[in-house]
Amino acid sequence: MKKIGLIVNPIAGMGGKVGLKGTDGTHILDKAIRLGAIPEAPAKTIKALEKLLPVRDRLLIVTCSGNMGQEEAENLGFQTKIVYKPKKTITDSNDTKLAAKKIKEEEVELLLFVGGDGTARDVYESVGNRQLVLGIPAGVKIHSPVYANTPEKAGELALLCVMGKNIAVREEEVVDIDEEAFRRDMVRTQLYGYLKVPVDKKFMQNKKAPTPLGEEATQKAIALDIVDHMEKEICYIIGPGTTTRAIMQALRLPYTLLGVDVVMNRKIMKKDASESDLLNYVNQYPSKLILTPTGGQGYLLGRGNQQISGDVIKKVGKENIIIVSTNSKIIELRGKPLLVYTGDKKVDEMLKGYYRVKVGYGMEVMYRVEGE
Amino acid sequence: MKRISRDHKVRNFHQAKWDEPIIFELSNEGERGILVPEAEEEIVKVVGDGVSKIPESMKREKLPNLPEINQKRVLMHYLRLSQETLGGDLNIEIGQGTCTMKYNPKINEYIARMPEMTELHPLQDESTVQGILEIIYKTDLCMREISGMDQFTFQPGGGSQAIFTMASIVRKYHREHGEENQRDEIITTVYSHPSDAAAPATKGYKVITIMPDEEGYPDYEAFKNAVSERTAAFFVANPEDTGVFNPRIKEFTDLVRKAGGLNCYDQANANGLLGVTRAKEAGFDMCFFNLHKTFSTPHGCGGPGGGALGVVKELIDYLPKPIVGFKDGKYFLNYDLDKSIGKVRLFNGVPQTVLKAYAWIMSLGAEGLYEVAKVAVLNNNYLFKKLLEHKGVDAPYIRGKQRVEQVRYTLEKLAEDTGISTEDIARRVMDFGMHYWTSHHPYYVPEPITLEPTETPSKEDLDEYIRTLHHIFDEAYENPEIIKNAPHRSTIHKIDESSFDDPEKWAPTWRVYLRKTEEE
Amino acid sequence: MTIDGYKNHPYIPNSVEKVQKEMLKELGLETLEDLHEGIPEELKFKSKIDLPEPYKSEYELRKDMEKTLRKNKTCRDYINFLGAGCWQHYVPAICDEINSRSEFLTAYAGEPYNDHGRFQTLFEYQSLVAELVDMDVVNVPTFDWAQAAATSIRMAARITGREEALVVGTIDKEKLLIIQNYCDPIVDIILVDYDKKTGAMDLDDLKDKISENTAAVYFENPSFLGFIENQGQKISDIAHNIGAISIVGVDPSSLGILAPPSHYGADIICGDLQPLGIHMNYGGGQSGFISTRDEEKFVMEFPSRLFGIAPTIVEGEYGFGDVAYERTSFGNLREKGKEFVGTQTALWGITAGVYLSLMGPKGMYELGQNIMQKSQYTINELNKIKGVKGSKFNSINFKEFVVDFNDTNKTVEEINKKLLEKGIFGGKDLSKDFPEFGQCALYCVTEIHLKEDIDKLIDSLKETIEG
Repeated sequence: MKKIGLIVNPIAGMGGKVGLKGTDGTHILDKAIRLGAIPEAPAKTIKALEKLLPVRDRLLIVTCSGNMGQEEAENLGFQTKIVYKPKKTITDSNDTKLAAKKIKEEEVELLLFVGGDGTARDVYESVGNRQLVLGIPAGVKIHSPVYANTPEKAGELALLCVMGKNIAVREEEVVDIDEEAFRRDMVRTQLYGYLKVPVDKKFMQNKKAPTPLGEEATQKAIALDIVDHMEKEICYIIGPGTTTRAIMQALRLPYTLLGVDVVMNRKIMKKDASESDLLNYVNQYPSKLILTPTGGQGYLLGRGNQQISGDVIKKVGKENIIIVSTNSKIIELRGKPLLVYTGDKKVDEMLKGYYRVKVGYGMEVMYRVEGE
Repeated sequence: MKRISRDHKVRNFHQAKWDEPIIFELSNEGERGILVPEAEEEIVKVVGDGVSKIPESMKREKLPNLPEINQKRVLMHYLRLSQETLGGDLNIEIGQGTCTMKYNPKINEYIARMPEMTELHPLQDESTVQGILEIIYKTDLCMREISGMDQFTFQPGGGSQAIFTMASIVRKYHREHGEENQRDEIITTVYSHPSDAAAPATKGYKVITIMPDEEGYPDYEAFKNAVSERTAAFFVANPEDTGVFNPRIKEFTDLVRKAGGLNCYDQANANGLLGVTRAKEAGFDMCFFNLHKTFSTPHGCGGPGGGALGVVKELIDYLPKPIVGFKDGKYFLNYDLDKSIGKVRLFNGVPQTVLKAYAWIMSLGAEGLYEVAKVAVLNNNYLFKKLLEHKGVDAPYIRGKQRVEQVRYTLEKLAEDTGISTEDIARRVMDFGMHYWTSHHPYYVPEPITLEPTETPSKEDLDEYIRTLHHIFDEAYENPEIIKNAPHRSTIHKIDESSFDDPEKWAPTWRVYLRKTEEE
Repeated sequence: MTIDGYKNHPYIPNSVEKVQKEMLKELGLETLEDLHEGIPEELKFKSKIDLPEPYKSEYELRKDMEKTLRKNKTCRDYINFLGAGCWQHYVPAICDEINSRSEFLTAYAGEPYNDHGRFQTLFEYQSLVAELVDMDVVNVPTFDWAQAAATSIRMAARITGREEALVVGTIDKEKLLIIQNYCDPIVDIILVDYDKKTGAMDLDDLKDKISENTAAVYFENPSFLGFIENQGQKISDIAHNIGAISIVGVDPSSLGILAPPSHYGADIICGDLQPLGIHMNYGGGQSGFISTRDEEKFVMEFPSRLFGIAPTIVEGEYGFGDVAYERTSFGNLREKGKEFVGTQTALWGITAGVYLSLMGPKGMYELGQNIMQKSQYTINELNKIKGVKGSKFNSINFKEFVVDFNDTNKTVEEINKKLLEKGIFGGKDLSKDFPEFGQCALYCVTEIHLKEDIDKLIDSLKETIEG
């Protein structure tokens, strides 16, 4: 018997149809209900689960009671095991977190969750990147690529997982935007962490040239390039992200995924450095700053790395900034520039221009950086 | 008798399905496919069995485990497999974009299979190979005219080997000028062939890639920032695989020249430019043509092809040895190239391919080549316009303008609307006996298709291809399931690919397959 | 007549004026020239390119091309003793029948669903060569033996992370040039001396030169000079003892009778497919193969395609596809040696597969035996000519051997000139590539040589040398 986890955030997506941007916070939900919003999540959950019907007899769905999963699964005739019961009828983010923790303990092959960016953050807080998960999109805000494109695609991927076929695993960003700003039509994302999601290997294609390295191999290639060319007595400030993390892994040093680490002579000087730590180092030593875009919108600075302030950058100097990125991140930009937002207009202005972005070992792309 | 209705708009194709076993399964002990002449008795009398003199450690103990099959069965096997292969001669070849799948004239193949070509040993005395040397030399003269270069070599066996040869010349050139270590970078563009990056990388170069601007042209500002005293060379295709011609190419090559680098032109996409514009005027120091693309020689399932590499005067000495010369009424092999990179392919490359290319050029002449270019572009833009009439289909960049010989389309909208991806469509196109190619990886254009009609199809052929794609796009909107489960009329069904990336399971040969699938 | 005055051409259906007008109208254009508006005026070639007048019909083309080609003297007209990497063997009719089929000849890069036959044929070729060399993995062919050897060396460099390769001193100098160019500047190529009497590798010199920086030792069997190197296991052991890889280049036509290199320690085997049913084509028939064990560390370093077999969703159906297509060995990243793939020589792979299917185990044995007998006979007869030594080395040869003319007071050039007059292509003159040999030539004898051909060579040499 294969086990799959399921968490439905029943209120996800309720704001969308009535013009609200997200349902984080109970007063928004009240407003949504007043405006006549009806739940979106159950129908989407069913669309995804229907794809699993061919293996229904071999599957146990580990889920939560009532409208957090049990209803949808049992309506389709799946066997369920209920490991979490919410206390209130209107559930909140705490319920998602507790449910995710419980389900993870059951050692499921895959944890499906239905919701939006907020739900992904809650799942991440509970399971980190130690559980294979996949989002079924139902929320209004979906910027985290941990979600499949459609509920049906999520179901198809889940089916492949259950059958143990053609699946690769990738770490994808959990990002969320500031809902207040979003309601005023400003998109500001912040990186919260990474979840492990399955990726479908596409059907066979006409292969006239080698496909490029996979995401993880590319990160390793970039990291080896950086490490092979690290200079002595130079202080390296390593920004957040999985691509920069690969550098720390190549050096076999401890790291923070979301924080800023400082390395010199291949030794860790400071893990998770604050702005004042950084200022301290850059004032003492010649320094280089290694950055990678995070948060899905091409932000190099100003999203989740406020420690690297305008003052730090001024001291490091534009010519000492090394930008690294996998090719896929560059492609996702669709020609839009990489962005910096330090809060210091002069610094942003200074940082504008073309940079050699490292995309592999000995491979660079010329790319434009602009201010917000 | 009732008149048979032929109203259907798309072809009711079905591919051959012979369900042929693997060759080893055809083996019957004792059967022979062909007999080998035996040594004459007098010889045997003198030397005996010949094999007992082999040192013990070097004797093969067991005969190789090859199958034993009678001649007719071998023939039948391979003929059947040939019928399960969709050659260019059989289909409307538009779908293998970037490959320039034009008609390969049969007469050229006929000539190339004469014993006066096939039965030549590459080390024969020059006086006995004047015919083939003449053809190589004359093809060189034609290529010089077509490109404006000063000397060609036909040693590279394909486009990628030609790019590698250019990279080798770049390295040798800078070595001769004492700048080998300083110049460690080459610049290329995203929509040039991946080998324009990979082959120089094999030669030890760092690669800097230029992304397109909004119009699809290589970003000139980015390029200016990339060129420096470290630039060894610029490797670029023009038009790129999007069919967009960079009109500022001369400014690009000028920048590189001023910085001391060399300009290398990948002319894989030359079919729409013959007689229209040349490498020389665009400021290139080297260029190459794929004989198996632009010059009509068959692709042979992936070779042997030919890379015709031309260089300007200053670089002739760097070419791989030998090149063909002509002096005092005699053609000869010229080894006198004192800065030569040495060699890239044994002997003289692939001369039978050169012969076929020459026959093609001589069937068309200057006007004919120009007509090829014009009609290739006409066909492409006709296809372009018609395909875009369907909803869900688009092509990024230079809106409202003509493309050269091919277009990279996007089905992003169609995929969004229907959940059908370009790979799904690819499998469905096979049900109509045609090819369809997406793009090199990674997909810079989302949900891509790359189509290149060349001058070969008639308007009727183009209309059939368009009708077929439109029919499939309609299906995507109306009956997506038929596409998801495609192909339906191919030799085989969807392949279970799960073993291909698993060292425990993959089976690149029959013996490995037998071992890994043995019942426990 | 069309808009631009070009006569309708059979290869260009849409050169018909009426059709062109119709299509242009569809595009909202006036003339064909409008199609090239994206190309700036200053780049346009203003005059007509200066090419010879084309032939006006297919008949004239054929007639004139035939005339030109007949200036060649072929190895059917002459008796040929040239080898040196390109060998004249009998090509069974079925090999030509199959490789001239439109379906194979004009196919290219279709999907397995279009080109099931192409995939199966190349998978079978891989499997057949695998049996011949007794190794598990064989690639879709590369350009030629030299390229296969160069790639093998770079694979070894990536696997070991080392930067030197030791190469047998008796290697073909042309092949060496290709290997050197392909490896420059990533891997240094160092030659190992050979024993002047036997031609075999000088093991003391090998031991001297091998080091912790040696990625691979490359040698050949039979060697370029035709003799059988019987220290294979010793050479492989010396390589392995220091963590280097043993690469052996092989002539596959010898493998019916000679032990495959996998039996004496080779980790990578490479060679040329040309002797397996492919016409010489003035060198255009060369085609390289590489073979390794089925170990991830080797498979992941192939730059070439590898076709594998797999089930489809229908029970009982064979399917094929690319094995380990996304070859992402981390080891190769630093060395940047991902190399490249492209159009190489797939049609010759298919042909080699057809040849091996026809020959079977007995055919390959008999071929080898026949070649051994005839080459030994030729050496034997050559020895009878005054001043001629049939084989310079006292090792056993396969197919080729170095004939020593030093005591004839004649140069190989002079001798070959005389032979040519008598309708014979003499062996390759080695005086340039191996000046240490003086006047020697590399002769090649295969199953196509009849006793009368050999006797004619002997008689002609006698006349030339003894006068």
